[in-house]
Amino acid sequence: MNTVLDEAARIKYQDPGTVRTILSNTKTIAMVGLSPKSERPSHFVATYLQYEGYRVIPVNPMAKEVLGEKSYPDLLSVPDKIDMVNVFRHPDECPEIAQQAVEIGAKTLWLQLRVVSLEAARIAEEAGLNVIMDRCVKIEHGRYNGSLHWVGMNTEIITARRGRRYF
Amino acid sequence: MNGQTHMAQEKRKFGFETRMLHAGHIPDPVTGARAVPIYQTTSYVFEDTDKAAQLFELKQYGNIYTRINNPTTATFEERIASLENATGAVATASGMAAQMTTMMTLLEPGDEIVSSAHLYGGTVTQFTHTFRKLGITVHFVDPTHIDDWAAAITPKTRALYGETIGNPRGSILDIEALADLAHAHKMPLIVDSTFATPYLCRPIDWGADLVVHSATKFLGGHGNSIAGVVLDSGKFDFSTFSTIADPDPAYHGLKFYETFGHYGFLMKARAVTLRDTGAALSPFNAFLLIQGLETLSLRMERHVQNAQAVAQFLSQHPKVDWVAYAGLPDNEYHALAQKYTPKGPGAIFTFGIKASNPRAAGKEFIESLHLFSHLANVGDARSLVIHPASTTHQQLSDEELAAGGVDAGMIRLSIGLETLEDLLWDLDQALLSTSA
Ligand SMILES: Cc1ncc(COP(=O)(O)O)c(C=O)c1O
Repeated sequence: MNTVLDEAARIKYQDPGTVRTILSNTKTIAMVGLSPKSERPSHFVATYLQYEGYRVIPVNPMAKEVLGEKSYPDLLSVPDKIDMVNVFRHPDECPEIAQQAVEIGAKTLWLQLRVVSLEAARIAEEAGLNVIMDRCVKIEHGRYNGSLHWVGMNTEIITARRGRRYF
Repeated sequence: MNGQTHMAQEKRKFGFETRMLHAGHIPDPVTGARAVPIYQTTSYVFEDTDKAAQLFELKQYGNIYTRINNPTTATFEERIASLENATGAVATASGMAAQMTTMMTLLEPGDEIVSSAHLYGGTVTQFTHTFRKLGITVHFVDPTHIDDWAAAITPKTRALYGETIGNPRGSILDIEALADLAHAHKMPLIVDSTFATPYLCRPIDWGADLVVHSATKFLGGHGNSIAGVVLDSGKFDFSTFSTIADPDPAYHGLKFYETFGHYGFLMKARAVTLRDTGAALSPFNAFLLIQGLETLSLRMERHVQNAQAVAQFLSQHPKVDWVAYAGLPDNEYHALAQKYTPKGPGAIFTFGIKASNPRAAGKEFIESLHLFSHLANVGDARSLVIHPASTTHQQLSDEELAAGGVDAGMIRLSIGLETLEDLLWDLDQALLSTSA
């Protein structure tokens, strides 16, 4: 598994069971730093998640609308109930985003691949949120629904049980 | 989902043999088929128009067309990736295609690579002549001297390349030292690990960034399919490596490394290079390779056990001049072999016949063999033999042969899985029947 976290942090913030539970229980995702530009990584992830049935709400003060959803300047302005806050911003901004995630009652704080902030994690954890760090939602979803396998990637899933590529 | 058992399995690091049998394949949810089905199809019906568009933009991972990916091939890819401790793999139509796919993805005209000179002859030809047409220059160095590698690096060098177990003298590549050298110059180390297989050595564990194989050999293992594979450790930082990092005009300015991170190189190798060069593996051959992988450890164990015994037997034979096998204690690569291939340095090696006319003796020897198949391949379950001076190199004089590191009496063996005593018997009777 590709990560910059140490063993202890991996166990805490990348637990496969927690990842699967989050992916199956989440319905609405606020994506902080979602770009309106179609070639940006965040746009790839949002397009994917939207097609897979999640509602993706953009949080980006520079955008009006992304993928048909109105964009908000910050988490506190989002009127809808948010299950997961997914962060595509610099680690320095994460503690404040975590604070807002707590305030709006989100259940999960998910920091993307290479977005690492132990301070943000602490804030969210203390308020009882699930925290995932240095992982990509699209990759993790693809790992368990099988699509990552179709492009030859090592999902690290080993099982002899029938048809288990689901959450 | 069954949360408890899943969480238990996801924390476990399964062993090599378990992954040989299970990685990359989950029994089909519809039919329950236990063996990996052969998806003999060119193309795949799209779920809807949105999904189709997203697949072409690479916003979804999925099946489009078998030149790009195929479910049977994907099982082979994920399985070998798991065995090599790689982040993923791209299968190709041959080992040569795996090398070509790797280089076409990484390099541009004007770029250079520094390579070990101890390579499969076909690779030397590809690197020298075909690459020259693409504007790529390869500098060959003696792999044993790290200083020679360092001296050959220029500002245009983009990668280092070598074989775990090199041709023709069975040299062992100092992967760890070369990985350090490559990384100090911000370039990847690429290793052809065909002769080792992941059972004997995993170059990624020693710092190699990319690994290629001719799966034609031990991975398939039965001499029935031509195939190759490219693997990526996922650890190399391609963020300043222009061919992987820069916007791709063929994908609306998509930046492969920024978008796919540790999958960036492989996504580009598949979605650009494989798509455009067309050297895709057939699903039927992928199925045969999967069958091969399921017994890899058992076969390799016996291959190296037989090879060690044959090498020892030959080294004491009155008709044998020399044996080049790193498993022998007096071999110059023995120490490196103990470090990188502790289970045994493969099953392919060369030896020289003692004779007044070695070229004629080599021919006599080949013609007297009963069990060894005389052909141009290695890594079959059966034992194989070739005498370069009377086949691949027959047009060269003895002096020209010597310059190429091949001597006139040199024989190459690929030791198979037959009864050891039968192999020794066959070699002994053939050696004793040489009169030249
Ligand atoms: C070490 C090595 N690399 C690459 C190749 C090329 O592989 P293929 O014949 O599958 O194209 C071979 C084939 O002999 C080989 O021995």
